[in-house]
Amino acid sequence: MSKSTHTLSVLVENKPGVLARVAGLFSRRGFNIESLAVGPTEVDEVSRITIVVDVESHPLEQVTKQLNKLVNVIKIVELEQPHAVERELLLVKVRADTASRSHVLETAQLFRARVVDVGVEVVTIEATGTADKLDALLRVLEPFGIKEMVQSGVVAVGRGPRSITSAANLRPVERSA
Amino acid sequence: MTASSTAPRPATGAQSIVYSLEALGVDVVFGIPGGTILPTYDPLYDSTAVRHILVRHEQGAGHAASGYAHATGRVGVCIATSGPGATNLVTPIADAYMDSVPIVAITGQVGNPLIGTDAFQEADICGITMPVTKHNFLVQKAEDIPRTLAEAFHIASTGRPGPVLVDIPKDVQQAQTTFAWPPAMELPGYRPVLRPHGKQIREAARMIAAARQPVFYVGGGVLKAHASDELRQLAELTGIPVVTTLMARGAFPDSHPQHMGMPGMHGSVSAVAALQRSDLLITLGARFDDRVTGQLSSFAPNAKVIHADIDPAEISKNRVADVPIVGDCKEVISTLIPAVQAEFDAGNRADISAWCSQLDNWRKTYPLGYEWHDDGSLAPQYVIERLGAISGPDTIYVAGVGQHQMWAAQFISYEKPYTWINSGGLGTMGYAVPAAMGAKTGRPDTTVWTIDGDGCFQMTNQELATCALEGIPIKVAIINNGNLGMVRQWQALFYDERYSHTRLGTIADDSGKVRVPDFVKLAEALGCVGLRCETRDDVDSTIEKAMSINDAPVVCEFVVGQDAQVWPMVAAGASNDEIMAARDVRPNFDEDA
Repeated sequence: MSKSTHTLSVLVENKPGVLARVAGLFSRRGFNIESLAVGPTEVDEVSRITIVVDVESHPLEQVTKQLNKLVNVIKIVELEQPHAVERELLLVKVRADTASRSHVLETAQLFRARVVDVGVEVVTIEATGTADKLDALLRVLEPFGIKEMVQSGVVAVGRGPRSITSAANLRPVERSA
Repeated sequence: MTASSTAPRPATGAQSIVYSLEALGVDVVFGIPGGTILPTYDPLYDSTAVRHILVRHEQGAGHAASGYAHATGRVGVCIATSGPGATNLVTPIADAYMDSVPIVAITGQVGNPLIGTDAFQEADICGITMPVTKHNFLVQKAEDIPRTLAEAFHIASTGRPGPVLVDIPKDVQQAQTTFAWPPAMELPGYRPVLRPHGKQIREAARMIAAARQPVFYVGGGVLKAHASDELRQLAELTGIPVVTTLMARGAFPDSHPQHMGMPGMHGSVSAVAALQRSDLLITLGARFDDRVTGQLSSFAPNAKVIHADIDPAEISKNRVADVPIVGDCKEVISTLIPAVQAEFDAGNRADISAWCSQLDNWRKTYPLGYEWHDDGSLAPQYVIERLGAISGPDTIYVAGVGQHQMWAAQFISYEKPYTWINSGGLGTMGYAVPAAMGAKTGRPDTTVWTIDGDGCFQMTNQELATCALEGIPIKVAIINNGNLGMVRQWQALFYDERYSHTRLGTIADDSGKVRVPDFVKLAEALGCVGLRCETRDDVDSTIEKAMSINDAPVVCEFVVGQDAQVWPMVAAGASNDEIMAARDVRPNFDEDA
């Protein structure tokens, strides 16, 4: 069985409203977004949107073709494991009283997470990694008591020397069918 | 782009808009002024190249732009002010989006300092029209105006055509800038593919030559690509039967022996059967719309699919294509002709004669037809049939949406491209009168007949005042059955004849009620000639009378029976196999098959 999520790097013109166009397209066509992250690139005029799309209801081909029709979309590349590095960022506030604090810190260390804030009976941990790793961390922290958490969407980049902002490589999604 | 380059000269943003329209070769715009677009109307007053037609409602401006584009192949332009002016354009923009019509809508917007403050007549028209435009722009600096308008026209008219909206804040129109032409376009993400892939063409040619039951499934893309001549060449080279969808009527002559008619919910039995029984659909600029396929899972079950379209997203969207071809239909068909010829020359040519004669049989056994009702009422189909026969194949026919639209698609013989204009995808009631106004404006020497229903006509007839004052002598046939006829037909067939809120009261009834409105008086009030016809004997003379009047718009009211129905019919969601040739008449496909 083929996997139901795919990670797309979408290079778009850095213009007002582009994110609304992409998000609006997904909602009106009934495509499912698992996560979305947007940010600048090394080229001023170009922004990069990383979308993890669930293709259970609509084939990936239809999603990419519709995205390609947006005039502000310059290029779409599918990033596939293991040829790409995918990361998410997690900030989590964990209950940590005097009794449990050392256990919490130890857990954070095991996951190579960092403590970024310490308060009365609480520590805030920053972790990056794949979704699996962050899920595992959260599972371990859960028993201590999670007071608050926030998580970014996936960002991803292809492995190796090539750059999708310069040349078409990795696996550019074809414009033509 | 028609104008030669011009050296930079000082201009306001508003002047820059008008100069850009002139440089783009725009000869007519349809619009209504208002607060935020006022700066642009000032230099527009001075333009001798751009004719402005003052419509009565912005919806009329949008549909007129669409009718103009359909009739001429050029980009239609409409202008409105911010807020309600802009939102009134939403319906025609959505209509143009569904039918891939190249129009550019220019809207005023409140000044930049007021944007986002819920200012008077502020509406986020870019946000509102995002799902129904091919693209839209909010212009933020006066110096961007020429480039943005050039890009808007380019996007609207190339690739798969569509509507583009350009929203321009009032302060941007008032700002001082310089105007120079041509501007450099910046569209790094816009690269429509026009030329088909050679390998796909060869594969398609191989399948066309080998198929025993092939059919050309022709959509509006063939008209958009101006590929009617090429289509005819390819069809005659192969002898393969042709069907033309609602959006493609006229792309292939109705009188041609290979033409099987229109497929779909109200298509002819032969056209529906041609698709349904085919072993190869050669799909050209069509999109497997649900009104054509019926129940998708049982549509053309034994057919392989060649699907050529300029929009890659249409390919394999509804029906998976065996041979996908991305490209402009003119290029696709032009390259298919020698490729198919090469197959034939190599001796590869399946015998399709049995298939053709079977289809011919169905066409003869189940021709389009209608009946006269016992109540002595006039048959609407007869009126439309006579209209087509008397006015002829050089006339442009424009329809609204409903029964009259289907009859106009069925009972008029379309022999030439760009003679049939209607609202196909969105199904916009009220489309006809303003679209006809636009068509007549673009092709003033051509007779333009509007075929409208009494329901549709009451939605947009105010544009007849525009036609009367601006010297746009369209002709209107109101097929008045006193009801929202298509809805009534569904109520008759699927809702136990419970006619919930479909009676319009436009026909005087036995209780002595008067007709409201009286269409003849209404026509006269709008500056048109009004004629009424209530009997079969008067149909020809009424049409001829209307044909003889060319210095004013003419409205002919044909009072027809309310029980006439559109047949054949495939009920919504049903399989095309379930087509009914007429009420209670199921075609027998198996006899002499």
